[in-house]
Amino acid sequence: MSRMNLTRRGVIKTGAIAGAGLAMPTYLSAQTESGFTNAPAGDSVTLGFNVPQSGPYADEGADELRAFELAVEHLNGEGDGGMLSTFSSKVLDGTGILGKKVTFVTGDTQTKSDAARASAQSMIQKDGAIMISGGSSSGVAVAVQSLCQEAGIIYMNGLTHSNDTTGKDKKANGFRHFFNAYMSAAALAPVLKQLYGEDRAAYHLTADYTWGWTQQESIQASTEALGWTTVNNVLTPLAATDFSSYITPVLNSGADVLVLNHYGGNMVNSLTNAVQFGLRDKQVNGKNFEIVVPLYSELMAKGAGANIKGIVGSQNWDWKVENVMGDKYVGSNAFVQSFGNKYGFPPSQAAHTCYAQTLLYADAVTRAGSFNPCAVVEALEDFEFDGLGNGPTLYRGADHQCFKDVLVVKGAENPENEFNLVEIVEVTPTEQVTYDAEHPMFAGGALGSCNPGA
Amino acid sequence: MFGLDKKDTTLLLIVFVLTMCAPFLLNPFPGNSAMAQFNAGYPDLMQRFVIYGIFAIGFNILFGLTGYLSFGHAAFLGVGSYSAVWMFKLLSMNVLPAVILSVIIAGLFALVIGFISLRRSGIYFSILTLAFAQMSFALAYSVLTPITNGETGLQLSLNDPRILGESVSASGGIPFPSLFGLDMRATHVMELGPWMFQFSAGYYFCAVLMLLAFYLAIRIFRSPFGLMLRAVKSNQQRMNYTGLNVRPYTLAAFVISGMYAGLAGGLLAAMDPLAGAERMQWTASGEVVLMTILGGAGTLIGPVLGAGFIKYFENIFSKINDTVLHQWFAFMPDGIEDLLVTVIHPFVGKGWHLTLGLMFMAVVIFLPGGLVQGGQKIGNLFRRKPAADHTTSAAKTPAE
Amino acid sequence: MDAIILQILNGLDKGSAYALIALGLTLIFGTLGVVNFAHGALFMIGAFCAVTLQRILSISFETVDPTKTDFLGNPSTVDTPYIVHWFGPEVGGGIIDWSVPLAILFAIPIMIAIGFIMERGLIKHFYKRPHADQILVTFGLAIVLQEVIKYYYGANPIQTGAPEVFRGSFDFGVLLGFDPNVIIYPYWRLVYFAFAALIIGAVFAFLQFTTFGMVVRAGMADRETVGLLGINIDKRFTIMFGLAAAVAGLAGVMYAPINAPNYHMGMDFLVLSFVVVVVGGMGSLPGAVLAGFLLGILESFASMTQVIDLIPGINQIIIYVVAIIVLLARPRGLMGRKGVMEE
Repeated sequence: MSRMNLTRRGVIKTGAIAGAGLAMPTYLSAQTESGFTNAPAGDSVTLGFNVPQSGPYADEGADELRAFELAVEHLNGEGDGGMLSTFSSKVLDGTGILGKKVTFVTGDTQTKSDAARASAQSMIQKDGAIMISGGSSSGVAVAVQSLCQEAGIIYMNGLTHSNDTTGKDKKANGFRHFFNAYMSAAALAPVLKQLYGEDRAAYHLTADYTWGWTQQESIQASTEALGWTTVNNVLTPLAATDFSSYITPVLNSGADVLVLNHYGGNMVNSLTNAVQFGLRDKQVNGKNFEIVVPLYSELMAKGAGANIKGIVGSQNWDWKVENVMGDKYVGSNAFVQSFGNKYGFPPSQAAHTCYAQTLLYADAVTRAGSFNPCAVVEALEDFEFDGLGNGPTLYRGADHQCFKDVLVVKGAENPENEFNLVEIVEVTPTEQVTYDAEHPMFAGGALGSCNPGA
Repeated sequence: MFGLDKKDTTLLLIVFVLTMCAPFLLNPFPGNSAMAQFNAGYPDLMQRFVIYGIFAIGFNILFGLTGYLSFGHAAFLGVGSYSAVWMFKLLSMNVLPAVILSVIIAGLFALVIGFISLRRSGIYFSILTLAFAQMSFALAYSVLTPITNGETGLQLSLNDPRILGESVSASGGIPFPSLFGLDMRATHVMELGPWMFQFSAGYYFCAVLMLLAFYLAIRIFRSPFGLMLRAVKSNQQRMNYTGLNVRPYTLAAFVISGMYAGLAGGLLAAMDPLAGAERMQWTASGEVVLMTILGGAGTLIGPVLGAGFIKYFENIFSKINDTVLHQWFAFMPDGIEDLLVTVIHPFVGKGWHLTLGLMFMAVVIFLPGGLVQGGQKIGNLFRRKPAADHTTSAAKTPAE
Repeated sequence: MDAIILQILNGLDKGSAYALIALGLTLIFGTLGVVNFAHGALFMIGAFCAVTLQRILSISFETVDPTKTDFLGNPSTVDTPYIVHWFGPEVGGGIIDWSVPLAILFAIPIMIAIGFIMERGLIKHFYKRPHADQILVTFGLAIVLQEVIKYYYGANPIQTGAPEVFRGSFDFGVLLGFDPNVIIYPYWRLVYFAFAALIIGAVFAFLQFTTFGMVVRAGMADRETVGLLGINIDKRFTIMFGLAAAVAGLAGVMYAPINAPNYHMGMDFLVLSFVVVVVGGMGSLPGAVLAGFLLGILESFASMTQVIDLIPGINQIIIYVVAIIVLLARPRGLMGRKGVMEE
């Protein structure tokens, strides 16, 4: 604030002249001529990328930001074009969006809903962003999604895995490409049965907040459907750093599977502790003790190091998928090539979903022929596409959730290099992870109607 | 005027003019210039400036006057926010009842916590308040989710049973907080060449309340009650020996400052109807402590400056990325441009915390009296007469 | 029964981390009277000493392996640490494996130097300033330190494993007459406990049985008188600061294999360590150690299912509940001295 004082006199003078002499064109910002908030004027359009840049998820946020920058480059016709060449919709031609050059602003969510909303507000009110994307946790995603709904901006979710994002807290202006806890559970169940059999007793450690609960609920439901029993479910504080006092009760509980419903630093620590206590080498009920981490990410695998070996989980996407599982997942290699050439390492799944979301938004605007959020919503709803690395995908209109194949992965026993920490075990096809839009785990919310902000 | 002496009236008037003209003052750079990045004159940030200003003013009534360092004030901010959102959900979208309820609930909460914590002094008091706030945070994040909606934060939905008013607005969305029909989001935009000035109804609502809060704080500072509190700070033992029980005074100060925090929390929710548990975390409590010390503890205007300073860094510096840096230095030769970007890169964007930390250290090392002292130094520099010290210290009025 | 024994072990283990951090903090905070918000950052830097040494030992040269390709389809490279190249896989690999214990030697001079620089360059000027200013300057320093670490090491945790021989678990139950494999405890955690006991003992002995310690203790009690006797207490306080930094740093080094270090681990422990020190009582070293173990054990018990079922959410708040009860029952914490940080 103190820097403002330097020019205070000049500015007051300007203001006084304005107030006294000139009849300026004034209007309420919500009612622009175009009929929607932040209609792009001039020859450029601004997108807002709101990712965690401080706090425990900062590395994940940095990777998302790299993907966004790459997507903007490709939309503006720079670089090798990445997935634009494999994307089934061909309306994007490298001339920006609707002929307008794409520019972007960035912000720091700090993985706190308050800070994330402040940052998003500044993008909307100050920078005139027409779309906001990013995020690395569900609390932030839900908070920013509802802000965008109120402001009349499109929100393209980044990494958010809670059922609530497109369930209880779904919004007409918000869209999620990433998969969710229910899909993780549905994808894991058949593989768990095949790997570990039908007669298993599971012990759950669950992060004590909304995402953890939906994750745990989903996994418990799908494993019990296999015939597994659930020995116990213990909620662990988010702030916990040492999980020893939660791990030791597992030792003699009679359980033979430990499910860690943790993410990020929590997961790295709980898994490290579980391995320290010898759970990986343990025999219970004549079976090998197993650990399952339903939601995996490359960064977590890296943080957990050797502890991740042989541990099963699920992913939205992996950079090896086209090489391992074939042409169905076309687009993956194109993306890995252009990302890898620019940054020197393969992209994470967070980067992939952010890149895909940006392309999907640009494509929807182009097909709709308008930046108006309501036109974009209409273009995205029930949109079927292919070539973005996940195989054929549907953006369901009923809840704005993408439906696509889910990867079941496992920590590599002998990773060739630091990029091969996980290997793909299986791909669970779309049909097995699809659920009804009115499924009880997703009930209790309503999309409402799209809000253009006018 | 208003029962204040001349010095305080001048200060109040200056603050009045500054807050009323903030949309101009905070937008000094034309929108098309590279410096526009430093503009802070958009509704959301201006609202945060004044709201956190209220929070810090209130905190200063306790800390600046009595010397009791509460490390749990964010709990009252959070409680205020939750009360306001519940009021929106259940009663009406009018901001007045919501804000009033948040002040009352925060006051009651402060009464209970203050009553217990004030049995101890010094660091023991600080840790007690910290413990209560951390308990509130941990419970709100997990066990109390039915009331607080946990991680996501309490927000409005399309099926809120609002007694006075509609659940769904005419356009099919969630109605927005308003003051008897005046939408808090309504913004009057004035375009003046490349400048765009935004006058938000919500901002002015908060600004008026901030002025009231500020006025009240001046009155408290100047009252016999304020004097009593300063006596507690300078020597509590002597006060006790004179047979005076100081606990009622400190408790009153604690509750008042808790109500200020509740007001700030209620306003945060009124500007943006969401209440997250992070508002109660120790980092949030620590932030208001830092704001107050940074600005100048015990001074009237200091905490407001400190609040503005921290919020400015958080919201402006975190948004400067490499693309912006390249734009700034585009006029330079390539080599120098890259060099400058490389040098500045660690301090902006994701490195904004680093700059903030360095600023904390710089301020406390070079300006022992906080930002207020810096302002005085600059003022003296312009006047070039050392005798002016006591006349310019309208803002200082140290509590010691 | 086995569950309770295990939780006591957990509590002692957690408690040793708390006690070590609190011990260093109370040397500065309870005796020099400086509210040091950068103490958590010192712990974090200690852990990163282990990370750094591991990285230094693993400095590698690249050779191209034509049989394999990397993710972009180019021929991939294989990294061989120089140490392995020089000493062979047996000895070289062994040295890298032992990088955490070796980091103790590496960390002691670094941490003492950091402590000296901090005290001489910064803290010295703040002895007479209000506690509020101390908070601001040390908090600023803590942010700067952790941002520097984040800039060079990223935000992701970095695994820094214990030596191979310590990776298994020790079967405690057999000693106590239980069946095998019922009460087992990881070797490294036992090492941590023993290490903490050793450090705590050493610090106490140092203060109790040396002239230096005697002077420092006198200085804590009455700084002015000691100064009047012609003793340079300032110099000794600088050494104390270095000692406190070294204790925090060693706590961090040894903690690295238990949980992978990340740049904000200091902040995670900061609030807790203040609670421990205050519950122990200001100005009391035994109090800080006692409170560390007490809170560690109670925290472990509170996370048992049976307890959570009884009082939901107790595992989230147990530390704070205990702090409130102790401070209300005993005005100066468990063993606090009168008049320290009470005004």
